[in-house]
Amino acid sequence: MADNGFLDNVISVKDITKTYQMGEVEVQALDGVSFDIQKGEVISIMGPSGSGKSTLMNILGCLDIPTTGEYTLDGENVSKLKDDQLAKIRNRKVGFVFQSFNLLPRASALANVELPLRYGGVNGDRSKRSRQALEAVGLGDRINHRPSELSGGQQQRVALARAMVNEPSILMADEPTGNLDTKSGKEIMELILEMNRTHGTTVIIVTHDPSIAAQTQRVIRLRDGLLETSV
Amino acid sequence: MKIGQQFIEALESLASNKLRSSLTMLGIVIGVAAVISMLAIGAGAQASISGSINSIGTNLIFIFPNTTNITHPQPLTMSDAAALADPAQAPSIESVAPVIQGRGLAAFGDQSTNTSLVAVTPVYASVRSLKTMDGEFISDNNMTGRSPVAVLGSQTAQNLFGRTNQVVGETIRINGQPFRVIGVLESKGGSSFGSQDDQILVPLTTGQSRLMPKTNRDQVDQIMVQASSPDAVAQAGDEATAILQARHRTVAGLEDFRILKQQDILNTAQSILGVFTIFLGGIGAISLLVGGIGIMNIMLVSVTERTREIGLRKALGARKRDILSQFLIESALLSLIGGAVGILLAWGIASLIGRIAAASNTPINPVIGLNSVLLATLFSAAVGLFFGIYPANRAARLEPVEALRSE
Repeated sequence: MADNGFLDNVISVKDITKTYQMGEVEVQALDGVSFDIQKGEVISIMGPSGSGKSTLMNILGCLDIPTTGEYTLDGENVSKLKDDQLAKIRNRKVGFVFQSFNLLPRASALANVELPLRYGGVNGDRSKRSRQALEAVGLGDRINHRPSELSGGQQQRVALARAMVNEPSILMADEPTGNLDTKSGKEIMELILEMNRTHGTTVIIVTHDPSIAAQTQRVIRLRDGLLETSV
Repeated sequence: MKIGQQFIEALESLASNKLRSSLTMLGIVIGVAAVISMLAIGAGAQASISGSINSIGTNLIFIFPNTTNITHPQPLTMSDAAALADPAQAPSIESVAPVIQGRGLAAFGDQSTNTSLVAVTPVYASVRSLKTMDGEFISDNNMTGRSPVAVLGSQTAQNLFGRTNQVVGETIRINGQPFRVIGVLESKGGSSFGSQDDQILVPLTTGQSRLMPKTNRDQVDQIMVQASSPDAVAQAGDEATAILQARHRTVAGLEDFRILKQQDILNTAQSILGVFTIFLGGIGAISLLVGGIGIMNIMLVSVTERTREIGLRKALGARKRDILSQFLIESALLSLIGGAVGILLAWGIASLIGRIAAASNTPINPVIGLNSVLLATLFSAAVGLFFGIYPANRAARLEPVEALRSE
């Protein structure tokens, strides 16, 4: 039972803390958080600002490592890895979607989507895979457009294609609809959920918006660096 | 990420801010152009001066009388010259050419010119590597006969006759006395040591008796000695010193003659020019340094501006070395392109200065050697890398979390 449960967990967090040094003061952003996320789950992380949810997201996305505690991603303990090893994990296992899209302004949609493949050393079918990822988000006819020539919703779809092009284990979305109008936001949410259904990608959405959280299977609530509820 | 891809990205990034990139490059362009053109002009000046010193002759030693601070100086004489020419006493000396020098007025018809008169022996032609382009040089018969004959420099012939050919056999007047022209010398071009093309050569004996009589009939103004080989020049100088010391009964340090080796003149000129070249090149190098600091400045601005982009790239899997090489390639490209433009500019400056020098009658052929091009290219790339390392390192060490948070 226990073994089986471990294999099904794509994310296993055990008693994680994170302490920041802000000048003289030590700030305890996470104060011992534990939870598991199963493969293929769609969950949301909620909490007021200062609750530690950004810190949690950074750790889950391997952008940062916990001060203490253990974080296992896809069967690999990543809580003690060095910078370059973390970069490799991010490249292979994590896809990011940011509130402000974060596309390279000078590069075409295709070049933006190719970026993770380039850093991952994929050469042969890079262009083909990127094209397919753009087609999957409905932008097959816009591959040579630059971000400035695309609407906000389209830009976020490029970002989603970029996050998915390396077929990651988890998709981390930080307020993915925060900069979008209601209609575009809805479309993005539908696309994210579709990625979950077709690829079985585990989705973690950090959000303030209860209507977004309502579309996920489970909500992790944080307050003052502690888990409030985990439904 | 592949290097080729990174070059393309770096070029795109530089092209996206053309004004800034080109102003940054300008610093390197000016620096590289300054270094290369200064080195080229220095090399050209050295070649030109070495050329004119070598055109005096080869393996030469000049002996002059020395009258400063000497109580009873004896003049150099024909007997001194004869002693120096003795192979038993001076085995390293190939030939000896005593010379009397003066100035005089030469006239042909209504043309006249004030020129340098040199009374020489036949061996003078080989000692000074002079060739006649028409007619003969002074012969032994001319010497014994004290013949009133003259060999003209090409410029002198031009001045008197308006031509350099078909003047042999004409009679000119030097200081009022008639002389028959027996030869015209080939032009040797301008020289820093007075033009060798504007002079009249007469037999030494004729000079002694008619044109430039001395109180002591045997006296000469200068003795030129040619050593048997370049390696023998120092030895020949020592032999000449010893012979003259003995003949003049003087001791070392108080000689009434001075010995000057052609190689010494060449060495002095070259070391002066070498210092000059280093000085000019140094000024160029300083501007290259300033250009490098300009690159560093702009790259630091660029890193700050693109912090968020760096954070994103790291989130997508860029390792430290990917970011490092991205910024290093950008700064290296800035300086390499700047260096290439600088080389072209240096070529333009060098040929312009060559033309100006030629127009003002001091021919300098600026030489842009492959060496200096290679040096400047390597140097500018090194400047780009060196001044790029700090900003690139700063970019590479950014924490992805911090970088993504920046506005």
